[in-house]
Amino acid sequence: MVLARPEVTCGALRVGLMVLPVAFFAVFFAYPVAAIVGRGLKSDGIWQFGRLGEVLSRPDILDVLWFTTWQALASTALTLLIALPGAYVFARFDFPGKQVLRAVVTVPFVLPTVVVGTAFLALVGRGGLTDELWGLRLDTTVWAILLAHVFFNYAVVIRTVGGLWSQLDPRQEEAARVLGASRFEAWRRVTLPALAPAVAAAALMVFLFTYTSFGVVQILGGPAYTTLEAEIYRQTAQLLDLPTAAVLTLVQFVAVAAILAVHARTVRRRETALKLVDAAQTARRPRGAGQWALLGAVLLTVVLLLLLPLGVLVARSFGGADGLAYYRALQDAGAGGGTFLVPPVEAIGNSLQYALAATGIALLIGGLAATALTRRAGRLVRGFDALLMLPLGVSAVTVGFGFLIALDEPPLDLRSSWILVPLAQALVGVPFVIRTMLPVLRAVDARLREAAAVLGASPWRVWREVDLPLVRRAVLVAAGFAFAVSLGEFGATVFIARPDNPTLPVAVARLLGRPGELNYGQAMALSTILMAVCAVALLLLERIRTDRSGEL
Amino acid sequence: MSTTKKITVGALAAALGVTTLTACGGGADKSSEGGGTESKTVTLVSHDSFNASPAVLKEFTRQTGYTVKVLKSGDAGEAVNKAILTKGAPQGDVFFGVDNTLLSRALDNGLFEPYEAKGLDRVPDSVELDKGEHRVTPIDTGEICVNYDKKFFADRKLAPPQTFDDLAKPAYKNLLVVENPERSSPGLGFLLGTAARYGDDGWQDYWKKLKANGVKVVDSWELAYNQEFSGSAGGKKAKGDRPLVVSYASSPPVEVLYAQPQPKEAPTGVATGTCFQQTEFAGLLTGARNKDGGKALIDFLISKKFQEDMPLQMFVNPVAEDAELPELFTKHGAKVDKPYTLAPEKIAKNRDQWIQSWSSLVLR
Repeated sequence: MVLARPEVTCGALRVGLMVLPVAFFAVFFAYPVAAIVGRGLKSDGIWQFGRLGEVLSRPDILDVLWFTTWQALASTALTLLIALPGAYVFARFDFPGKQVLRAVVTVPFVLPTVVVGTAFLALVGRGGLTDELWGLRLDTTVWAILLAHVFFNYAVVIRTVGGLWSQLDPRQEEAARVLGASRFEAWRRVTLPALAPAVAAAALMVFLFTYTSFGVVQILGGPAYTTLEAEIYRQTAQLLDLPTAAVLTLVQFVAVAAILAVHARTVRRRETALKLVDAAQTARRPRGAGQWALLGAVLLTVVLLLLLPLGVLVARSFGGADGLAYYRALQDAGAGGGTFLVPPVEAIGNSLQYALAATGIALLIGGLAATALTRRAGRLVRGFDALLMLPLGVSAVTVGFGFLIALDEPPLDLRSSWILVPLAQALVGVPFVIRTMLPVLRAVDARLREAAAVLGASPWRVWREVDLPLVRRAVLVAAGFAFAVSLGEFGATVFIARPDNPTLPVAVARLLGRPGELNYGQAMALSTILMAVCAVALLLLERIRTDRSGEL
Repeated sequence: MSTTKKITVGALAAALGVTTLTACGGGADKSSEGGGTESKTVTLVSHDSFNASPAVLKEFTRQTGYTVKVLKSGDAGEAVNKAILTKGAPQGDVFFGVDNTLLSRALDNGLFEPYEAKGLDRVPDSVELDKGEHRVTPIDTGEICVNYDKKFFADRKLAPPQTFDDLAKPAYKNLLVVENPERSSPGLGFLLGTAARYGDDGWQDYWKKLKANGVKVVDSWELAYNQEFSGSAGGKKAKGDRPLVVSYASSPPVEVLYAQPQPKEAPTGVATGTCFQQTEFAGLLTGARNKDGGKALIDFLISKKFQEDMPLQMFVNPVAEDAELPELFTKHGAKVDKPYTLAPEKIAKNRDQWIQSWSSLVLR
């Protein structure tokens, strides 16, 4: 009886904590998306579900669905193939520059797709490096898309699988060897089963990101390749065919929800009893020719696949008489030629302000949600966990156009307000905050909290004195991730009409849309600056890595 | 945790905290521009290519007391579609940037309220496509034309093509890159140009010839002009090998303006017999909150001051007869005497079907 009371207050507290995230999610995601889908599927107030069948029997739509699915499967397989050896190397080997390299491989993940698309064109497109050297061109082939997807998602596998791998006790495998298992046998029977859930989780995330790929396909795909997301954009923004767009949105919604549900299950399995050790104890310098060769091969892959595209961009940002002409032009609205009402360099300031505001919102919402989700709970709460991931998989154009028609009446007429941009960015940031903080919060020994409560601490005081000190680093890592993701966020930002204070990715896209050397050069220079800011943010994160790796 | 780490963490936390606060402060300033002085602000909704010199916008404020707030709403098609979606509760007072290819869609949806702008007498009748009702006011014209790489043709002692017919000749095999009209507005303009030239029945045959002559299709103007075209600065860097591209009549002066150092002569030229004319309009949005301000703004858009600022800001031609073109345009730009064009109703009626037959003809 005595114990029951704290539980009741805890339950009430949890509900209280959920109020803000639920309201945020409902107002800025569910309501706008429902509004735009409703506009497409309702006529004269009656739902027209017959349209589902009509649209889904069109051969061109089926082509899009088929291509979307198989390119996502192929991208996922290719990413695992290329990144798993990398995950092993990052987990088990110690080598100079490892920290810096881990930050660098994460940079592509937070870069806006316009920048990545441009970088890949510069590498494998016409007159690109491979064209120069071997006459090899991959643009407008599916290979360019697949490689760009690997480029984007390499870090997902490194962080998810490598994070866990580095904490698996190598002595278990050694024990199997001593007991007579071959090296492969030991790996297959000991390490692989322990790793499998992490590999599955990473594969699902990569599949999710490539299934909803938009910018990369737009830039590298050419007219022959269209993904579901690109088709939703075309149907909504260009053709204003809302019924078709609504059906496609629902299809994508179902697919993404299914992926997330499976993901949530694998993650839960992963949380179950693995004996983990400190990552610092498991890594050592490579020994023997084989291990050095593996390390060399992984480093070569990273250089060719990740650093080279970034390097080509940087190289193209230098030009003019003394090499810095494009950077100088950024400070001058006149030379920026009226592409902007303000000098392009101000885009950096705008981007930082928006990203910081978005980080604040994402931390508040994500932090509250993660705290509420900490204690293992019933289906409802778990479902909510997956729900908060949905914005990652819903088309940005759907959300952007949804904002436009849903948030049009006071007090919610935010359509021309600056706050809309960070709100849209925070939608994408929240899942990262939750995924980073949740494992850490769950790892906090519940007995510490109980002890504090028994000694008379209020729930607030328990949180402040027990949870907070333990999760401070996770909060910082979450903040950094949300910040970097917001900085690179392109989709929703471009679909929101905004006063003329563009973010970095938007400014890059706008400069690329203009003829003339100076504009192209400035686009490259701004991309380089964006990369540098992301790299610095991620490098700082490397320094404060949490003991327990997050899920992303 | 080592001391340095503690310091790093502390500093980062402090930095994040402080800058978040300043960010919110800065943001609050921005929002106050819009609110409060409601009646003194007029909001212009446009596409991403809209631009004006800050000095010219200040001049408007000085003349009328209204401050202009510009909302950029995506590319031309997207901006119009968003305006249609928000009909009744518009995002602003005036919309600028609906062109003749989209005009019917906008008018049929009742996007605009009639307003006859002051100074319309200086605008030629040929561009006043809604003369009866004045729901929209013409602001600028521009031509979509094939551009050519001067050096390529000079090196080969080959005359650059001038007409649609030329483009299908064997001498120009595998030289042209165009944009996909499904996704790109210059691509659509070029398709409409061929339909205007060869008629409802003839344009498909013409495209069969173009296809046989090795026309290349890419998705966007950016790719065509900055990657495939050998004459532009971007294309040169990317080693583009197509010396003919669908772009604008104003592209050559732009190449000059943004080169460092500026060349004496534009590196590219215009095939003046391949041009399709686009006219852009502005209109007072139905349900505008600041109607008086909106009307004043439309008057200002066809004033001499704004019309003369436009060419170097948006690379379009003024419609007002008293507006003078800057020297850069008269020197490097092409004079297109007889651009092709089509009535908006005709475009509205046929666009989707033409695009569909085009893509099954050319892409598949």
